[in-house]
Amino acid sequence: MIVKEFRELVRDRRTVAMLIAMPLLLLVIFGYAANFYVSSVRAAVVGPQASRAAALLPSYFDVTLTDRSGDEAYAETLLRDSKVDVAFVTGRTPVLALVNGSNLFAAQSTVAALNKAGREVTTQVLFNPRLKTSWVMVPAIIGLILTFIGTIITSIGLVREREAGTLEQLAVMPIRPSQVILGKIAPYFLVAALDMVIVTVLGIALFGVPFRGNPFAFALGAGMFLFVVLGIGVFISTVSQTAGQAIQTAFFFLLPQILLSGMIFPLAAMAAGVRWIGYLLPLTYFTMISQGIMLRGAPITALWLPFVVLAGMAVVVFTGATLRFRRDLAPGNPASPPREQQTAAEAVNTA
Amino acid sequence: MNYSVRSATVRFGSTLALDDVTVEVPAGSVVAVVGGDGAGKSTLLRALAGEVRLESGTVEAPPRQRLGYLPASSGSWAALTVTQNIDFVAGIYGLAGDELTARRAELLDRASLTPAAGRLAAQLSGGMRRKLGFVMAIVHRPSLLILDEPSTGVDPVSRIDLWRLVSEAAASGTAVLMSTTYLDEAERAAHLVVLDSGRVLVQGSYDQVRAGFPGVVTQTSEPVREEWAWRRGRLRHEYWPGADPPPGAILAEPDLQDILIALSLARRHMVPS
Repeated sequence: MIVKEFRELVRDRRTVAMLIAMPLLLLVIFGYAANFYVSSVRAAVVGPQASRAAALLPSYFDVTLTDRSGDEAYAETLLRDSKVDVAFVTGRTPVLALVNGSNLFAAQSTVAALNKAGREVTTQVLFNPRLKTSWVMVPAIIGLILTFIGTIITSIGLVREREAGTLEQLAVMPIRPSQVILGKIAPYFLVAALDMVIVTVLGIALFGVPFRGNPFAFALGAGMFLFVVLGIGVFISTVSQTAGQAIQTAFFFLLPQILLSGMIFPLAAMAAGVRWIGYLLPLTYFTMISQGIMLRGAPITALWLPFVVLAGMAVVVFTGATLRFRRDLAPGNPASPPREQQTAAEAVNTA
Repeated sequence: MNYSVRSATVRFGSTLALDDVTVEVPAGSVVAVVGGDGAGKSTLLRALAGEVRLESGTVEAPPRQRLGYLPASSGSWAALTVTQNIDFVAGIYGLAGDELTARRAELLDRASLTPAAGRLAAQLSGGMRRKLGFVMAIVHRPSLLILDEPSTGVDPVSRIDLWRLVSEAAASGTAVLMSTTYLDEAERAAHLVVLDSGRVLVQGSYDQVRAGFPGVVTQTSEPVREEWAWRRGRLRHEYWPGADPPPGAILAEPDLQDILIALSLARRHMVPS
């Protein structure tokens, strides 16, 4: 019995991967990424004494910008656009320190550091004044829910069709592969979009999370993100024969998104060797967009980078996955009916 | 209109699934494909349906609008009702309105599925589900109907129903290619194709297959050569490819099962048929 079990286990590559890769992944993540302590924050110093004040700041503040002509409004813009985590406004006594509350852990440690300065600095937290965890989590949770639906539910739905053998039936019907793919994905897209609206409204109603930015920009970002996660779901369905395999594979995609996207552990606090994984994950960029638009009211121009990255991911992942799915759906060149007198060579040439 | 697969060779990796297979499916007749597991039955059907690429050879098949296909699986969507399943497939073929209503009622009645019209496919018995799959495959009146083991796992009564539906489809002019593991079903077909390891062992009408069977089959309780014998009931049958049984041996009238086994043994022992 034991030998039989080992033989079965060795042939189940996904389970072997889970048994070996998952402990290693968790070890790496919790060893290098599980860190709430932010050792350094990006800082800007503006106003007439900007240069002198910047020189006096401790090393915790990584001064990336000094501007003697800048004022409080300019400092707020820098924070809104997430250029810095804290902005000092000089030319007044005490000096005003504006903190980006949407970057929760950086804000918490910054406020703690500023409190040590006593009366020399007045601290004001913007965008999340009471530093509520729920305010930064709700925009990220929206992304997580979209990921869950897009990745797991979509892949299960597609694999179920394969398991039941009905995918084979669809393949011989006079329906284009693109129509099959669209028909399979559209419901999940709509359900995920509806879920997104519900969670966003509930987040605002239950937790008082603000929605300061442009809803259309938010919808655009969510739409692009959905294409990425749906593409991942479609891809998983093409490498899975059963719903169990699809769930197992989706787990490999979900876990890093939860742990390394900056949703739980701040990206800035992660070791550089692990942080780059976070920058490969779509949820990282959606969280940047959702937090930026909802909490800070950031315009789309300030969030161009995550928008561009998500758009690129959407094109690459969704196109690649659907082409792969299309290949599975149409192994025998069904795209050229009628097939009177079709030879094998023609089939290969027109595929 | 005759449909056909000619000189078809299909390879999956290093496995030769079909080896130079030619089968014709005339309009209005049933062609049955028989053979053991892995003989290439499903591959042959899928080749005609355009579901597998041929390494060489040609396929003559109607356009998709005129093709009906029942895969080896249930062939229906479990979470849809019987009516919803039929309507979904009919919609793909462009049937709608009164035409669909009339066609659906006619097919449900012929398949004895009218009382189950509102039930989910998942709640149907195996036989009822295969009949539903069959109804879905013929809802658009295809000119070529491909059925992959339509009666496997179906109870004897439902098998009779299914065979009646197949016969009716052929009688209406549809060319039917079906695979089956039930040799009594295959004997009823107008044309038989016996496959083994991707090659056609023999094909023709049942009478032609029997008439062309080389050698003789004897029945005995103690076969002379174990490797050429198989059990039939309480006795053993033994194949003599050269028609040279020992004196006194009792000859048996070979049926399709005997022929299939004998030819497969001959192929394994590399005796030219």
